Amino acid sequence: MISLAGRDILHAWGKFIFTGIGLGLLIGVTLTMAGVYRGMVDDGKVLLDNSGANLWVVQKDTLGPYAESSSIPDDLWRSIRTLPGVAEAANVTYLTMQVGRGQKDVRVMVVGIAAGEPGTSGWPPQLVAGRQITRGHYEAVADIATGFRLGDEVNIRRNRYTVVGLTRRMVSSSGDPMVFIPLKDAQEAQFLKDNDAILMQRRRTEANRAFNRPAVPGLLDAVIASQTSNNSVNAVLVRIQPEYSPREVAEPIRRWKRLTVYDRAQMEEILVGKLIATSARQIAMFLVILAVVSAAIVAFIIYTLTMDKIREIAVLKLIGTRNRTIAGMILQQALVLGVIGFVVGKITATFAAPLFPKYVLLTPIDSILGFVAVLVICVLASIVAIRMALKVDPAEAIGG
Amino acid sequence: MRFPRLQRQTLTLVAVIIPLLFLFIYVALRSGPLAPIAVTVSTVESRPIAPALAGMGTVQARFTYKIGPTVAGRVKRLDVHVGDTVKAGQVLGEMDAVDLDDRISAQQAAIKSSEATLRQAAAKEAFAQTQASRYEQLLSVRGTSEETVVTKRQELAVASAVLAASREDIVRLRAELEALRAQRGNLRLVAPVAGLVAVRDADPGTTVVAGQAVVEVIDTASLWVDTRFDQISAEGLATGRPAKIVLRSRRSQGVAGHVLRIEPRADAVTEETLAKIAFDAPPVPLPPLGELAEVTVQLGELPAAPTISNAAIRTVDGQRGVWTLVDGGLTFTPVVLGRSSLDGLVQVVKGLSVGEQVVLYSEKALSAKSRIHIVERLPGVTP
Repeated sequence: MISLAGRDILHAWGKFIFTGIGLGLLIGVTLTMAGVYRGMVDDGKVLLDNSGANLWVVQKDTLGPYAESSSIPDDLWRSIRTLPGVAEAANVTYLTMQVGRGQKDVRVMVVGIAAGEPGTSGWPPQLVAGRQITRGHYEAVADIATGFRLGDEVNIRRNRYTVVGLTRRMVSSSGDPMVFIPLKDAQEAQFLKDNDAILMQRRRTEANRAFNRPAVPGLLDAVIASQTSNNSVNAVLVRIQPEYSPREVAEPIRRWKRLTVYDRAQMEEILVGKLIATSARQIAMFLVILAVVSAAIVAFIIYTLTMDKIREIAVLKLIGTRNRTIAGMILQQALVLGVIGFVVGKITATFAAPLFPKYVLLTPIDSILGFVAVLVICVLASIVAIRMALKVDPAEAIGG
Repeated sequence: MRFPRLQRQTLTLVAVIIPLLFLFIYVALRSGPLAPIAVTVSTVESRPIAPALAGMGTVQARFTYKIGPTVAGRVKRLDVHVGDTVKAGQVLGEMDAVDLDDRISAQQAAIKSSEATLRQAAAKEAFAQTQASRYEQLLSVRGTSEETVVTKRQELAVASAVLAASREDIVRLRAELEALRAQRGNLRLVAPVAGLVAVRDADPGTTVVAGQAVVEVIDTASLWVDTRFDQISAEGLATGRPAKIVLRSRRSQGVAGHVLRIEPRADAVTEETLAKIAFDAPPVPLPPLGELAEVTVQLGELPAAPTISNAAIRTVDGQRGVWTLVDGGLTFTPVVLGRSSLDGLVQVVKGLSVGEQVVLYSEKALSAKSRIHIVERLPGVTP
């Protein structure tokens, strides 16, 4: 038995393939859009993974440190470290800012990491080049997405940092690449004002009679020193001992230290459920529209393909071809079109993904779901065409 | 004639479909989560490392001399300005003497008047002496009365006493003059050592209280860097260790120095150890006091031991270790780390032996089941 569909495809294969490729580009866009959404969620998850923490201790009643600002004293980690079940506690600061390199500047998230050795919470878990920070000041490990290279000097506030290491996929929840610098420098970068502001503040303090008393020399200096010092961090990252559960460790901190503590699940809920909720819904909405448009276009294409050969179908009916065979031909063509479209779509999506400024994550499950969806849409679309083909009058073959 | 045409069509179709399929399979396997993770490996080597400590500090002067009057007064003149170099003993300025010069003149006049009085007393005493000895002789030949002789003796004693009093009076007046002169000298502001004028707090005409500094002189040979080292990485800091000092204004050149002393008190708030780093030779030109400096203290070279780069260290389930390559598969090996150097090398105390292959860089986090793909350099990294 000869394949009617195959013969028909071969008959006008160029048109068929190009239609398939066109459809594929549309499917590629849809897959990419799904990838954009997955990428956003993944940005949040890698942020949590890369911090290496089990618990996040932040200022009371805040959603810090990623979704809201949070500020806690930098010696608090010592008292947290002594609680049962805590294996490690490390200070950390996060600040999203523009960082300059030469003439250009890049939007990055500056992470202040506590002094220690590699593997401490908050440190980059792995590198793609260079080494980890060894000096206590003015060294940086930057994400490769910043465009920085090893040995580059970058300006953060008034200091210059040498890039000694590079990472990949170390991003904030909004996809900004990270730059890791020592905690003390980061505290300065976060809370230190620029020189003009400091001078103005000094002058203002000097003008205040309460602080600038001739009879009390040294008072003014003390007041100014207290104004410029900063002893805050954004969060304490806590790694717990394996035999404890996050709840067990979090409860005493919450209750007795009067701080807010989040575990991994809660943090994910904040990042995915709150921080990127609106943009995720936006993307999801777009994805739905794209899927509907794709379905409509597939239906139109198959409908037109069928209508193109309505005369041939009439001939087939005239010579007594069974309805099943005709329906099978149309359905097979629709499915082949869908498969070509999916293959082309997957390939274009994969090659297009790295070109996006933010991360696009194409997961196999999305591809499989996409494949099934494409086939279902093709089948549904072909039903209309099949109905049209079956209703055609064999007389049309000769009547015209 | 139809058959070859059909075959050509089929062939063309196949020519389009087959590459597309291959591309698809490549894409499915080489991207996304199914793709192998690119890693680079390095070999554990036995090598000596030279640990060093990095700290930050500010340039300070060890000896600062605050020069001012010991009594309240008004600045009369000040000959030096900030930045002048001064010699030991150089007069930097003077306080207003007010009436001190007049009092010295008065004292000098008083001394002269006293000297006149002394001469008068001496004359009186000489006369009394003569009279007394004459009457003594007259008495010996019974030429006068006993009473007259006694009177003359008494006159001589009085004259001697007056003379002695006059002499002491002159000594007192001279001493007072010396005191006034000393006070006069004290009004001059003198540099105690050779150095550099760092601060000039008052200008001529300013009234200052006793003890208030008018000029600050620093000993330029005693510049040091007040340095802070993070306590967690201050192991091995010792007096006498050589150090490299890089001033913030002269980043390209380092200056040699050494650890002069480690402060017995650390900073409890900032968790830092404090140390003083002295310059081996004073830098020329002199850096301003308070300038920021980066200090690198060289510690002694450690004997050779298995060494890895700190980029190879990973944390898995709270354990620090490295991914080792065993028969092409990954194994997580917990390690105990020793000392490290500033260029990122760490000695391994326990867990690794020389010659083992460890994963150095990886694109993403690894697990024991990860498929890996060993490359020379990770994609995207420029040499």
